Amino acid sequence: MRIGVVTFPGSLDDRSALRAIELAGGTPVPLFHGTNDLKEVQAVVLPGGFSYGDYLRCGAISRFSPIMESIILAAEHGFPVLGICNGFQILCESHLLPGALTRNSDLHFICADQRVAVENTNTPWTRGYTKGQEIVIPIKNGEGSFQCSDETLKELEDEGRIVLRYVGKNPNGSRNAIAGISNKAGNVVGVMPHPEQAIENLTGPSEDGLEFFSSILKEMVGR
Amino acid sequence: MAIIVVEVMLKREILDPQGQAVASALPRLGFTFAQSVRQGKRFEIEVAGDPTPAQIAEVEKAAHTLLSNPVIENFVVKVEK
Repeated sequence: MRIGVVTFPGSLDDRSALRAIELAGGTPVPLFHGTNDLKEVQAVVLPGGFSYGDYLRCGAISRFSPIMESIILAAEHGFPVLGICNGFQILCESHLLPGALTRNSDLHFICADQRVAVENTNTPWTRGYTKGQEIVIPIKNGEGSFQCSDETLKELEDEGRIVLRYVGKNPNGSRNAIAGISNKAGNVVGVMPHPEQAIENLTGPSEDGLEFFSSILKEMVGR
Repeated sequence: MAIIVVEVMLKREILDPQGQAVASALPRLGFTFAQSVRQGKRFEIEVAGDPTPAQIAEVEKAAHTLLSNPVIENFVVKVEK
């Protein structure tokens, strides 16, 4: 089961994502931003970090990299994509997901273990969770405030496309405390918190994040 | 030589915490004139000779696709000599 992780110039969490895939039982495949070769992977993770130094806007320049051309085309035909943190920002800039991530409302870079609720379990990345399950995974970002128009917000809520929602205090001013969303079809998911940093108790606050990677593997076997 | 300027601003309805931080710093320095502050970006694009309407149209296209994110930002394009 081959799952790719794209390294952009400035990616930070690509190795952690590769490791999470391996720990979940998959074959991690490193992908590079500068080619459009998806190396026959069956799903792809866009990792966290500061691609292109967050210049212009977070994810704005990565969105035009050769690998993203292939990913955007594939995603429009149901190919599973998970964007984490900077990866979520890239998915929004690519218009694969609606809305945008803007500066945290208190202007601080926030690094914390965050409690979130998994609401949409009807995606290949979250099917292993139970609806409403609360998990603790880290957030670490400066621009994690999810913003969108009123119409988009209503659409996301009405269609049950909120994948993760912050529990307790809204850390960054995100509309409706949104921490992650999916596209209409559910194959594209973007989350600000880092499931790949919560896959074993030695290095993370919990093992709650591993199910993102186990879910996609089960999904692929089932096909 | 002319400069095509693209100014990008967050839409009114989008929270601008940077602008708010500037607005709250001003009175601390004795500047009491500001009711609110919004912060944006300015791009200066140098072109040879007077820009043609086709060039300006190209810049507008670039402003729409790369320089701004139309989900949260508006932009204006103007020419400075």
